[in-house]
Amino acid sequence: MKGTNDLILKTTTTIIVFIILGFSIYLFFAGHNAPGGGFIGGLMTAGALVLLYISYGFKTMKRVIRIDFKNFIPIGLLIAVLTGIGSFVFGQPFLSHTDAYFELPILGHSHLATAMLFDLGVYFTVVGVTMTIILSIAADEGEEELSKVSES
Amino acid sequence: MTSLLSTVSTICIVIIAISTLFLLYRAIKGPSNPDRAVALDTIGINLMAIAGILAIKLETAYFNDIILLIGILAFIGTVAIAKFLEKGVIIERSRD
Repeated sequence: MKGTNDLILKTTTTIIVFIILGFSIYLFFAGHNAPGGGFIGGLMTAGALVLLYISYGFKTMKRVIRIDFKNFIPIGLLIAVLTGIGSFVFGQPFLSHTDAYFELPILGHSHLATAMLFDLGVYFTVVGVTMTIILSIAADEGEEELSKVSES
Repeated sequence: MTSLLSTVSTICIVIIAISTLFLLYRAIKGPSNPDRAVALDTIGINLMAIAGILAIKLETAYFNDIILLIGILAFIGTVAIAKFLEKGVIIERSRD
């Protein structure tokens, strides 16, 4: 449709997407001691990406984000399986997790757990599955062929 | 929690629930689809209010993430519905 101009939608999207992405990263890291975790963090990241796709369309987003979201699923599953296999190195049963306290340079005294790496796998898998489903449904290849037929 | 705060939050929840019922009437009866879209968006905002007052009543801070979550989801949903009503597609192939 020619002549429509979504200036307000595009401007608010550029601001709101950063808030949603920050909220999703907060939810991802808060998952150990508060509501949140890999699943809802991944869903929020997918929500931010969907908002970008809604306001800018396929062609622009294909230029901006050159990643195929289908690749996220094997990456996430691989991370989750590797955290499980990593416990074999220390002679522990499968998926045994450990945690320790470290003195980090900026964050100070922090509690790091290997369960977060498993959550990272969940995060990548959820983002990949959600974006694959939504973009597969939204992309109707038949539409272009129809317009080609009607032009010729 | 003091009894005054408890009473006031109960009254507020009842009032918001009544207003949500009226919005539900508008969402069902609404003559046109934009009426339903606006009614559903406002139901989402009322849901945020109910979650906030419920967090006060239950004396917990864990609902605060949920309130922000409902706000974000209501915004994305309303934008998607508005785009569908206006242009017929939600995710376009190209913008030009």
